Order: sequence, then structure tokens, then C-alpha cells
Amino acid sequence: MSDLLQTTINTLAVGGLYALIALGYTLVYGILRFINFAHSDIVAWGGWIAFTIAGWAGWLIAGETPWIAMPLVLLATMALCAAMGVTIELLAYRPLRKAPRLNVLITAIGVSLFLQNVGLLQKFFGNRPTTMSALLPNDVLVEIAGVGLRLYDVLTIVLAVVLVFALERLVYSTKMGRAMRAVSFDERTASLMGINVNVVISVTFALGSALAAAGGILFSLRNDLRMTADASWVLLGLKAFVAAVVGGIGNVRGAAAGALLIAFVEVFVHFYVIKLCIVIFGSAPLWVGQLQDVYVFAILILVLMFKPSGLLGKAAVEKV
Amino acid sequence: MSSKKDDPGSSTGPSGSGGVTANPGDGPIKIGHFASMTGAQATFGVSTDRAIRLAIKERNAKGGVKGRKIELVTIDDAGKQSEAATAVTRLINDEKVVAVLGEVASSLSLAGGPIAQKAGVPMISPSSTNPDVTDVGDYIFRVCFLDDFQGWVVAKFATDTLKAKKVAILFDQAQAYSSGLADYFEKAFISMGGTITTKQAYTGGNLEISSQLQQLKGSNSDAIFVPGYYSDAGTIIRKGREAGIKSVFIGGDGWDSEELPKIAGDAINGNYFANHYAPEEDRPEVKNFVTKYKEEYNSRADGLAALGYDAALVLFDAMERAPSLKGSDLRDALAATKDFTGVTGTFSIDKNRNAQKSAVIVQYKDGKQTMAARISK
Repeated sequence: MSDLLQTTINTLAVGGLYALIALGYTLVYGILRFINFAHSDIVAWGGWIAFTIAGWAGWLIAGETPWIAMPLVLLATMALCAAMGVTIELLAYRPLRKAPRLNVLITAIGVSLFLQNVGLLQKFFGNRPTTMSALLPNDVLVEIAGVGLRLYDVLTIVLAVVLVFALERLVYSTKMGRAMRAVSFDERTASLMGINVNVVISVTFALGSALAAAGGILFSLRNDLRMTADASWVLLGLKAFVAAVVGGIGNVRGAAAGALLIAFVEVFVHFYVIKLCIVIFGSAPLWVGQLQDVYVFAILILVLMFKPSGLLGKAAVEKV
Repeated sequence: MSSKKDDPGSSTGPSGSGGVTANPGDGPIKIGHFASMTGAQATFGVSTDRAIRLAIKERNAKGGVKGRKIELVTIDDAGKQSEAATAVTRLINDEKVVAVLGEVASSLSLAGGPIAQKAGVPMISPSSTNPDVTDVGDYIFRVCFLDDFQGWVVAKFATDTLKAKKVAILFDQAQAYSSGLADYFEKAFISMGGTITTKQAYTGGNLEISSQLQQLKGSNSDAIFVPGYYSDAGTIIRKGREAGIKSVFIGGDGWDSEELPKIAGDAINGNYFANHYAPEEDRPEVKNFVTKYKEEYNSRADGLAALGYDAALVLFDAMERAPSLKGSDLRDALAATKDFTGVTGTFSIDKNRNAQKSAVIVQYKDGKQTMAARISK
């Protein structure tokens, strides 16, 4: 019972993390029809910028951090990363707006490599793994059936749910959201209707990057800043991207659903397959314990085989 | 000191013209060091390089080797295999060094080794623990212990001191070091009568280990062996305690870093790991080294620094004993190293050019390392 509860909590928290990151991929793809390879680097920078800000403010000393520290760091980092996303779009992607998709894709890879190498510099984040757990102690909030419900898990789940719903409201019930959907549908016609396409695209990048920053901070709290701000974050980005594709890329709810599914196989299924082996055979062979990432990408292959547009995606009509 | 420069050195210097004419009889003796001074493993290279420079400074103050000063040439390999091979080539061909020191990472020692072997220049790896490193040839030596010995040491400590009967393993499946050490430990521990309750894998640096930790918790083990690097080990220990694991954690030399107690926080206390030396050990060599290193660089000397220092001392010792500084003479002198007492203990070089030595077990108390035991075969 306590296993089931703990595994469910872990699944929801990991799913929330993936959802925050997946939304960035889905938003940009929905509007510009291209995969922003630099997105995982924004996540990495989110974690490390938060660490840097907290360090400057002197909030990385255990027991001496005010309660206001976490919200401030979170907001400041989200704002900085939003600005970063907008700047990247402005400098790297906008000049290529009319160029073939492939050019933009390659530019995105270039931006990604640039950020990875700058992030590793001693003057930026350096190359030492570290932690920012002192910013917010991972206390037990309540104990249910022998399972301690911890602050990081609760915060991740709550923040993910709130931000996904806020984004959903923004896309479907505001003027800006309507403009975003219009640009996504047909950029030329939207601009003929008086929509400022450049502003819409900037807002999209700002939103996606701010969510990525939140994801990066929560990830770094849960798992420490074990990964320096370089290519090691690509796998995290890749899993979130898989979540976006599985859910139906370009679809906000789809990204959230895909993220939950990916977390479900990675955490829940992985745990219970090993348990099942132990119950049936007495012990689990080592390779069963090594399948964690295999499940994630197996789901991707299955979804692409049987429903290529994703779980909640609509089959696109090929434009002639 | 300059007057000493040309007495014995010139007579024993390489008079023949065969191949590399390393270092003319007068002037300083050049030795090379290839290391990851930048890149993700920069702390490894920097620690080692600092310790080697300290050893050279001390030696030069006492008159150097064979009456000549020693000069170090360091080339950065940025932690990359291709760069490591280039660095060794440059040290030998351009800088004409008499011997090469390096690398920390076994994969990089394996990249540089064949070049030194082919050129007939002795190479000493301070801290590559993979068994393959010295198999490259008869010019390749090392001053650290091997992973099979390390696995045995941890198993011995778990059995004899911790009285552990059931141990769980959580290893990094992406690191040869980690999976190798896990296997050596498993074999030794089972042969000593213990059982492995569960063996779980994670991917280094990455993502979720919560379901692995839950498996460990459910295994009711006496101890948990985590043969990964410090960055992962710190998080595993902290999250493991949060997940309700009460067993003691044990690890290998990959845990040796000042960052480990920072990442793990209070959860680090009471856990053990095997290491090459303990800075607190009550021996004059250790005390002298730790104090000097602190004076020079204002930081704590880790295991890699201690091994770098010992590698340099072993080389000086062999250079002094060798009839000349020719590669083959130096190789024979290195191979004859016996009962050498350095910072990391007393050791001899065996016929496979590996150091036969003991290991220490370090325990964390109040966030600080304390020596718990010294174990030898």
C-alpha cells in the first residue's frame, strides 16, 4: 500500500516536470512548425540561473533562508529565461523565418551547442555538480500510511497543474491566445487580419521558456544540480519532447497527457515490473532493472506506429 | 645550486644519438603531464597537476634529481580521448620529456599509453584504476590500486567490520568504472559468504532514481553499495534517507570530493567509502603533504592530489637510481621500485607494473572525513 502511494506520488511529480518542459516544445511547434532544439538548454539554464541567483542572495545556507526566497528565485528565473527565449528567437530564428525549415532546425542545433558550451565556462556556471536543496528544505508535510508527503513533490505537482491550466486558459480564452491559434492555423492570413505575427511569436517563446525555467528549477531541486549546464540535459529534453509527440505535438492538453504517460511508464511501470519479477521468480534479473529508458522510447514507437498524430492530436491535412 | 648543474648529470646524460635525445646533460630535466585542465573533469586534472608541481618545487629546493632541476610541462587534453593522444605526442616529440605523468581517467590513459610505449618513454598513471591501463606495455606504470582490489576491500570491510550479511547495489550503468566496481564487489562479497539482495541501475547524472530507491528500501539490506561518482552518490544518499532507507551507504574512491557532503547534507554522516588515502592519517608523509598543499593552494588535498604527488615522487626516486635518464634505464628503475613510502602508503611495483598497496576506509562524521580502517590483502 505504501509502495503504491509512493510510486503514484513520484509518477505525478515526474509527470508534472515533463509537462512543464513539453509545453515549450509543443507551443513553438504549434506556431512555427519547427522543433526548438535549444529548449533543453533553457531548462538547464533555468536550473543554474536559479542556483546563481540564490547564491548571490545568500540563500544557499541551510536554515537561513527566508520563506520568500523560493517564490522570488522562481519568478526572477522565469523572467530571465523568458527574455532569453525571446532574444534567441529574435537573433537566431527570426532572420530565417522565410528560409526552408531545415535551415532553422540546424540553427537551433547551433544555438543549443552555443548555450551548452557557454554554460560550462567558469565565468558562467562552471563544471562542478552542486545542489540548491538549502533554498527550500524538503520537509515532510503530512504522513499518510507511512508515506511522507514531501514538499518538493507537492510543489512540483501543484505548480505543474496551476501552470498548465493557466496556459490552457491563456490559449483558449484570451485575445492573445486567439491570435496564437490564428497564427498557428495560417500565419499569412492571420497577419492580413491585423495580427502582429512577430509579437505573437515572441510571446510564444517567452511562455515556453518561462515554463522551461520552472521545470528546470523543480528538476534541480528534486535531483540536485548533478548535471552541469551542458549536453547532459539533452536526455531530459528528449523525454519531454517524446511526451509532446506522444500527446500530439502542438496540443496543450496533449503535452500534459503525454507527460503523465511517459512518467507512468518510467516510474510506475518500471517499479512494478521489477516487483512482479521478484514475486514470480524470487528475484529480478539485472537487465529488467535497466529498462527504464527503454519503456519511454518504446511508448514513442508504439504511438507513432498506431496513431502517428499522437494521442490527442488531429491528423493534419496535407496542404497542396 | 647552479654550480651543481653539470657534475653528475653531464656524465650520465644520454650520450648516444639513438632516437629521442631527451634533455642534454645540463639544464633542467623535463617531465610531461597530460591532464584534463578544462572540461567536465577539470577538477581531476587540476588537483593532480597542483600536487605534481608541489612535489617538483620541494624536490628542486633540495637540489633536484642527479643535481639537475626538474621542469614540468603540462598539456591540457580537455578530458577528450583524441586530445589525450595528441598531448602525449607533443610532450614526447616537441618537448622531449624523459617521462610522462597522467591521466586520471582510465580511458584517457589508454589513449595516451600506446604512444608513450611506442616512443619508449615511461609513463606513470597516478590514478587510473582500470586493469587494462598497464597492459598496454612495459613502459606503462601506475601508483594506485586496481578496481578488483578496491571491490574486495569494500566487501572485506562490509563483512568484517559492518557485519553485513545482505547488501544491495545501486550502480551507474553508463560508467565502466561503476559497473566494473559493482561486479568486483559482488564477486568478493558472495565469496565471503554474503548475499546481494538486489542490484539496481541508474544512468549517471540523470533523472529519476525514486523507483530504484524504493526497491532498495524494500530489500531490507544491511548496507547499500553505491559505486558511482560523488555527484550522483550525494543525491542518492540524500534522497535515499528521505525515502526512508535506514541502512548504511558504502562507496568507492569516486566519492572523494569536497562536494559530496555539500550535496548530501546531513545524510552523509555515518557512511563509508574506500579511498587511496585519508588526509587525517597520523603519518609524517601525510601530515607534511596536507599542510604544504594547503599552504600552497589554500584547498584540501583530495585523493587524486595525493596520487599525483606519489607518482612524481616515485618517478624522482627511479630517476635518481637509474644509471641514465634513457627510457629503458628509467623503465627498469621504475619496475624495481620496492617498499616505497609515499602519501598513499607503502607500496612496491609488481611484475605487471601496478602498485601493490593497501586502501583506507573513510567515514563521514559531522560532514568531515575520518579514517575508519586500513585494509590490505
